[in-house]
Amino acid sequence: MLLRRIVRFYLEGFRGMTLGRTLWGIILLKLFIMFAVLKAFFFPAYLQGEKEEKEATVATELTDRAAAE
Amino acid sequence: MDPIDTSLVDWSRAQFALTAMYHWLFVPLTLGLGVIMAIMETLYVRTGREFWKQTARFWMKLFGINFAMGVATGIILEFEFGTNWSNYSWFVGDIFGAPLAIEGILAFFMESTFIAVMYFGWNKVSKRAHLASTWLTIIGATISAWWILVANAWMQHPVGMEFNPDTVRNEMVDFAAVAFSPVAVVKFCHTVASSWVQGSVFVVGVSCWYLLRRQHREFAHASIKVAAWFGLVAALITAHTGHQSGRDIALYQPMKLAAAEGLYEGGTSQGLVLGGLLRPGADWASPSEESKFLFHVECPYALSLLATHKPDGYVPGIRNLLEGGYPLPDGSTALPAEEKMARGRRAIAALAEYRKAKDEAAKAAALTTLRENFDYFGYGYLNSPAELVPNVPLTFYGFRIMVMLGGYFLLLFAGLLVLGQRIEKQKLIQWAVVLTIPLAWLASQAGWVVAEVGRQPWAIQGLLPNVAAISRLEVGSVQTTFFIFLVLFTLLLVAELSIMGKAIAAGPETDTPTA
Repeated sequence: MLLRRIVRFYLEGFRGMTLGRTLWGIILLKLFIMFAVLKAFFFPAYLQGEKEEKEATVATELTDRAAAE
Repeated sequence: MDPIDTSLVDWSRAQFALTAMYHWLFVPLTLGLGVIMAIMETLYVRTGREFWKQTARFWMKLFGINFAMGVATGIILEFEFGTNWSNYSWFVGDIFGAPLAIEGILAFFMESTFIAVMYFGWNKVSKRAHLASTWLTIIGATISAWWILVANAWMQHPVGMEFNPDTVRNEMVDFAAVAFSPVAVVKFCHTVASSWVQGSVFVVGVSCWYLLRRQHREFAHASIKVAAWFGLVAALITAHTGHQSGRDIALYQPMKLAAAEGLYEGGTSQGLVLGGLLRPGADWASPSEESKFLFHVECPYALSLLATHKPDGYVPGIRNLLEGGYPLPDGSTALPAEEKMARGRRAIAALAEYRKAKDEAAKAAALTTLRENFDYFGYGYLNSPAELVPNVPLTFYGFRIMVMLGGYFLLLFAGLLVLGQRIEKQKLIQWAVVLTIPLAWLASQAGWVVAEVGRQPWAIQGLLPNVAAISRLEVGSVQTTFFIFLVLFTLLLVAELSIMGKAIAAGPETDTPTA
C-alpha cells in the first residue's frame, strides 16, 4: 500500500512536469554520452588484470619513474 | 622504460583542471541557492504568506535548472582517475575511495529522495514535511560536498594512513583523522561559506535585474533582503575561514603561501602584500639582483601574524624552502630540497628492494629504510629543486582576485542592507549588482586556482608528484578527450544559461509581471 502510494506520487510528479521534462531530457542525454560514449570508448580502466597484476604494474611504474641520482 | 613526456603531464593536468572547473560552475550555486530557497520556504511556513511560497518556488526553479545541468558532471572526474591518473588512484587506495563512496551513496539517497518530495510534493505532503524535504535536499548536497572536500584535503595534507608496500597502496588506519583533519574542516567551511556568498550574489543580481526592468518589485526587495543578510553572514564566515586556511597553508604547504605572496626571501616580521605587479619573466627558483616585483604595497607584519599568529614570526620564502636551514615550528631545522630528494630516492629504491627481496631479513631491512624516508617519497621523482616551485604569477594574482572580490562582496551585501528600499532609485548600483554575478564565479574559480596551482608539483603533497601519478598514455588521446570535454561542457553551459535566462525572464508568480 505504501509502495503503491510512493509510486503514484512519483508518477503524478513526472506527469505534471513542464520545464522538468526538458531538464530530464538533458540529464538522460548527458548520462548516455558519459557512460555509453565517453566511458566506453575514451575512458577504459588503465590498470587491467587481477589485483596482483595491478600491484605489480603500479610498483614497476612508481619505481622506474624515480629521478636519476 | 621511457621517461614520462612533460607534455603528457601538462595535458593530463589541463584536462582534469578543465573538467573540475566546469563542474565547479554548477556546484556552488546549488549549495548557495539551496539554502536561500530553504530560508524563504521557512518564512512561508512561519508566516503563512503565499508570497513567500511563490518566492521560494521561483528560486527553487532556478535551483532545479542548475542542479540538472550540474548533476553527474563530477562523474567524469572519476573516469579520469581510472584512465589518466591510474598510479594515483591505486596509490591512494581506500582513502580516496571511502569518502567518494560515502558521497555517492549520500548524494543518491538523500538528494534524490528529498529533491523529489521538494518538487513533486507541493500540496501533496504537509507544509512542514515539504519544508523538511527542502532542507534535507540542501543538507544532503552539503554533506556530499564534505566528503569530496575530505578527499581533496587529504591530497593537500595526507594523514591517517599507512603505506603498504605489498599492495603499493596507502591504507586508512584512522578514519577520524582523515574525515576531520584540520585542513578538511577548514576547507569545508571555507568552500561552503563561499558558495553561500555565490548564491547570495546570484539572488541579489537577478533581483536587481527585475528592479532595473521595473518588474516584480516586491519580490525583488524581499529577495535582496534575505540574500543580503545571508550573504553578509556567509562573507564574514568566508573571511574568517580564509584566515584559518592561510594558517593551515603556512603549516602544511609553505611553498603555496610563498607563491601566493610572491615571497622569495623569507624571514621574521614579514609584511603581507596588499597589491602589486610581479616582474614579467622573473625566475622564481633562482636569486636575482632585480626585485621579483615591479612594485608592491605591503601591510607590515601582517603575513607573520597570519602565518604564525606572532607579528615577528618567521615565514619562509621560496628560496628558504629550497635551501632549508630555517627554524620549523616544532623547533627542528628545515631540510634543503636536495636532501629531501635524496631521501625520496632512497624510499623509492627501498620499495623496489622490498618487492624483489627473497628473504625476510632483506625485506625487513628494505621496509625499515622505506618507513624512515617515506615522508619524502614523492621528492624522489624530482630532477631539480626548481620543480618544487609552482606557477607564482597564477597563484599570486589568483589569491588577490579571490580576496579582493571577497571584500567587495562583503561591502556589497552591507551596502544593500543599508540602502534597503532606497535601492529602487539607484540605477547605477542596480547595474553594478547585476554585473557582479559573474564576479562571484570568478572569485570561486580563483580560489581553486590558488588551492590547486599553488600546491604543484604535487598530486599528493610530498608523496606523489604529477609526473609519477599519471598513466602512461598517448598525449594525443588526452588531447582528444580534453577537446571533447571542452565542447560538451560548453554546450551544457550554453544550455543552462539559455534555460536559466528564459526562467528569469518569465519571472516569479508573486505579482503582476510589470509595474
